[in-house]
Amino acid sequence: MLQKVYDWIDDRVDITPLWRDIADHEVPEHVNPAHHFSAFVYCFGGLTFFVTVIQILSGMFLTMYYVPDIENAWRSVYYLQTEVAHGQIVRGMHHWGASVVIVMLFLHTLRVFFQGAYKKPRELNWMVGVLIFFVMLALGLTGYLLPWDNKAYFATVVTLNIAGDVPLIGEMTKTLLGGDPTIVGAQTLTRFFAIHVFFLPAALFVLMGIHFIMIRKQGISGPL
Amino acid sequence: MAEKKQQVSRRQFLNYTLTGVGGFMAAGMLAPMVRFAIDPVLQASGSSDMKAVADMSELTNEPQRFDWTIEQVDAWYTSEVTKSAWVYLDENDEVVALSPVCKHLGCTINWAGSEDHPNQFFCPCHGGRYYKDGVNVPNTPPNAALDVYQKEVRDGKLYLGNAVAREEA
Ligand code: HEM
Ligand code: FES
Ligand code: FES
Repeated sequence: MLQKVYDWIDDRVDITPLWRDIADHEVPEHVNPAHHFSAFVYCFGGLTFFVTVIQILSGMFLTMYYVPDIENAWRSVYYLQTEVAHGQIVRGMHHWGASVVIVMLFLHTLRVFFQGAYKKPRELNWMVGVLIFFVMLALGLTGYLLPWDNKAYFATVVTLNIAGDVPLIGEMTKTLLGGDPTIVGAQTLTRFFAIHVFFLPAALFVLMGIHFIMIRKQGISGPL
Repeated sequence: MAEKKQQVSRRQFLNYTLTGVGGFMAAGMLAPMVRFAIDPVLQASGSSDMKAVADMSELTNEPQRFDWTIEQVDAWYTSEVTKSAWVYLDENDEVVALSPVCKHLGCTINWAGSEDHPNQFFCPCHGGRYYKDGVNVPNTPPNAALDVYQKEVRDGKLYLGNAVAREEA
């Protein structure tokens, strides 16, 4: 049945070369942990991607209950965690995943650094990777405000004041991020929400796309 | 040699294991999220209390609208919402309490809401009409009679609960 559906589509739009291009390629011996166990370090990139997928899925599901409003944000998080079936698990995946993804990203970066895999011709992909790292940190920062509890509130106060300490453009940056020169409140929360669930994920998708296309073009760096 | 043909090749074995493990991981990841998302469908609906709505002495043979408020718990948001009923006494002095929600697509009906039909309930949205007993007038959009409230008379007061659909006629 599945084979028939596949053939029907393939007959018309010839998808086999497309997915071959994406999925079907040789794994060089030196990155295969079955040959050299130490090659497990090559898994960290994929693990980062895996956890990112978890973040995106769990985040999408959380927005079914979450509201970015100062009166209701905390209550909606409390409700989804205590009243909704598996709410604790889904929020837990997003909460812990946010830390795990940074750890994986860091381990992946360490591998690339100590193997010198960032050297010519892969300098561009190192730069894209650094941008992904910044986007990921920003996701963690903006997401942290969303539960709108005391920890979230004061973490944001401190963040905005750090931004405000930047010479010359500090005050402006702070207002732009917080939505108000002095109040950390209604407009801060809606801004952080929009940035967290729309702007940064969009940037992340573009950067990850570039990252992966470059990897396929350039291949994985050779053995040490 | 037939035996040899049946053997699972290394490639097949790896394909099966990878699909199995991958499927297991995907299922473990998605199961809680899907259950989380469909929770509203599986929540038991709560029953509401009976509320005093009118004094029996206020009721006549003419449908009158009575409003009352209930506390509505909507997930994390609790509020007072207003409910209404059209209430009158029938020929046997029995209380009739009708829901004002049109059975076509849910607009609010009014007694004598149309000048052309002074003895009917009228729905302004698509011109649905109901006789005084709440039965829908044939050839108007609604295809069922108005819901009736659960009712109770105690100490000269009328108490109303949930509106329930009538049995199919
Ligand atoms: C790699 C990507 C992401 C990271 C690192 C991340 C990080 C975070 C963090 C640290 C929190 C605070 C959680 C807590 O303290 O419990 C959070 C909350 C939240 N995130 Fe994300 N997030 C990511 C992607 C997304 C996406 C794509 C969406 C939606 C489309 C999303 C929606 C939410 C929502 C609605 C909350 C508030 C609910 C809660 O606090 O439990 N996130 N995120
Ligand atoms: S905010 Fe008080 S010591 Fe930093
Ligand atoms: S909703 Fe009442 S007639 Fe359509």
